[in-house]
Amino acid sequence: MLQDRYSLAFKLYPYARSADQDKPKAARHPVIVMGAGPIGLATALDLGRQGVPVLVLDDHEGIGKGSRAICFSKRTLEIADRYGCGSAMLDKGVVWSVGKVFHDDRQVFEFNLLPEDGHRNPAFINLQQPYFERFLFEQIQTEIAKGAPIEIRGRNRVETVTPNADRVALTVQTPEGSYQLEADWLIGCDGANSPLRGMMGLDFEGRVFKDSFLIADIRMLADYPTERWFWFEPHFKSGASALMHRQPDDIWRIDFQIGWDADRKEELKEDNIRKRLDAMLGDDVEYELVWSSIYTFQCKRMEKFRHGRVIFAGDSAHQVSPFGARGANSGMQDVDNLGWKLGLVVQGKAPESLLDSYSEERVYGAEENIRNSTRSTDFITPKSKNSYCFRNAVLDLSERFEFARPFVNSGRLSVPCTYDGLSLNGSDAVTGPARSRVGSACPDAPVAGGYLLDMLGTEFVLLGLGMDVPKRQEIDGIIVKGITLDINDPSLELLRARYLGTAPQAVYLIRPDQHVAARWTTYDDNDVASALARACGKEELCLA
Amino acid sequence: MPRLITTPNIGRADAFYERLIDVQDSLSEEESQSYNARLILILANHIGELGVLEQALEAAQLKRP
Repeated sequence: MLQDRYSLAFKLYPYARSADQDKPKAARHPVIVMGAGPIGLATALDLGRQGVPVLVLDDHEGIGKGSRAICFSKRTLEIADRYGCGSAMLDKGVVWSVGKVFHDDRQVFEFNLLPEDGHRNPAFINLQQPYFERFLFEQIQTEIAKGAPIEIRGRNRVETVTPNADRVALTVQTPEGSYQLEADWLIGCDGANSPLRGMMGLDFEGRVFKDSFLIADIRMLADYPTERWFWFEPHFKSGASALMHRQPDDIWRIDFQIGWDADRKEELKEDNIRKRLDAMLGDDVEYELVWSSIYTFQCKRMEKFRHGRVIFAGDSAHQVSPFGARGANSGMQDVDNLGWKLGLVVQGKAPESLLDSYSEERVYGAEENIRNSTRSTDFITPKSKNSYCFRNAVLDLSERFEFARPFVNSGRLSVPCTYDGLSLNGSDAVTGPARSRVGSACPDAPVAGGYLLDMLGTEFVLLGLGMDVPKRQEIDGIIVKGITLDINDPSLELLRARYLGTAPQAVYLIRPDQHVAARWTTYDDNDVASALARACGKEELCLA
Repeated sequence: MPRLITTPNIGRADAFYERLIDVQDSLSEEESQSYNARLILILANHIGELGVLEQALEAAQLKRP
């Protein structure tokens, strides 16, 4: 009746009978999240920390086995910091910034993700997905202990969904039979094959790429540097391309491009995997095969991510190739974007239409990810003889000539999306640095005793740089925290460079997801009220 | 925006064309395809201006207006 689709790395939320199963009528919940993967757990964490009751339903009892996503970006760590579990991830993760690209047996290109000074977090860490999920889960437990209204029900599989104007009705299957639930809002975090999307008959359009890749995660004691190594047409012939990348616990991610027609069953036999690995690593290297998988991929997205009271986040809404680490990292940006908006709507502080801006902004983000991912994929797996010819022309030139190296594309790594020109944006009245323009995720910078992003927290913030702003105000039900910084303080040099540039002073209005809502050269009550109203999806407010 | 030059611009057109053909004649069909791809990338980088390159991509299609 409830068959496991995969085995577990960590059993965390065993089935337990809920009082809801004995109620004569369907119990009503403000928010139900479908799926306790990384995106579902993060959604629960975001909402629960705001005091919004959230129920997570998952058809398994814990975290699935297998490394799966391994590259987590700086922005993801910043979001996790906001939730309280960023440093646990950073401590466990492997920090890296250098990537090398080889063609055959020659290095053609090397990049450094250039970790600038003055950020709490590095550009990337590698961390197995089960650890990432466990840190989110542990943070949920910490928040529950502090009173956060979060509940996770294992072995609760959503079987039917009936959306109505004022609620969503669900039938949920358990080992003890089915029961009914109702939700004001249903969030679909149920992955790339989203059963919810299927139940609602919604579209998922895009391109399928005709190639397959074999992942072999191995445990080996090796002194390779902590760098991302990528081969096009490797001399060891283990695949049309190959990737090697270090994870914690002496685990290495090896990835071979094995062609569209590969026989999955044959290729997944340990002997055959070892043949490819031995050709790459040499016959005398000892290792243990800990996880293997074959994947194909697609670049697809839903047309819109909000369908009335049902909202999609993460892979259920969009799917990309793994090159560029734009899957889980973009899902975390979805949660970051949705959390505060849904919180305000559930608390009656913003109109439901605010949730349309979630779809607008994250569709924009998904498009950017799909564009980058498609370009990488077209370079890694050229789809015609002609495009293969140009791909190799780039690789051959790169060895000798610097100009060709920017064309080499083994994945354009995830950076936070800037919501340029979208509906919630207010005025950009500062001729300041482009990187902190309206719509961008705030760049981190050192401040007295810590980092700017930690100081911002999770509310709307007015940041006064060389300009006094009110400490704390409530505008139409929304709390706005004020932070005034003395820009003559020599320790704020990097902050000045990132937020002022040549401007003498500035006031920033920053959203709870730490994206810039508006910026001005002086403080004005009316400007702030109207930008805040806009950022919350409300009509223009006029202060008397 | 800079315009793609479509009037004669190489002082010694015959000499250049001779060099080009000499190289092509020394290559197999497959080698020539690779060589031409590299040559296009080298010339494109020298031009640098995306707008001009787009005009060139368009011009090479020989579409009638």
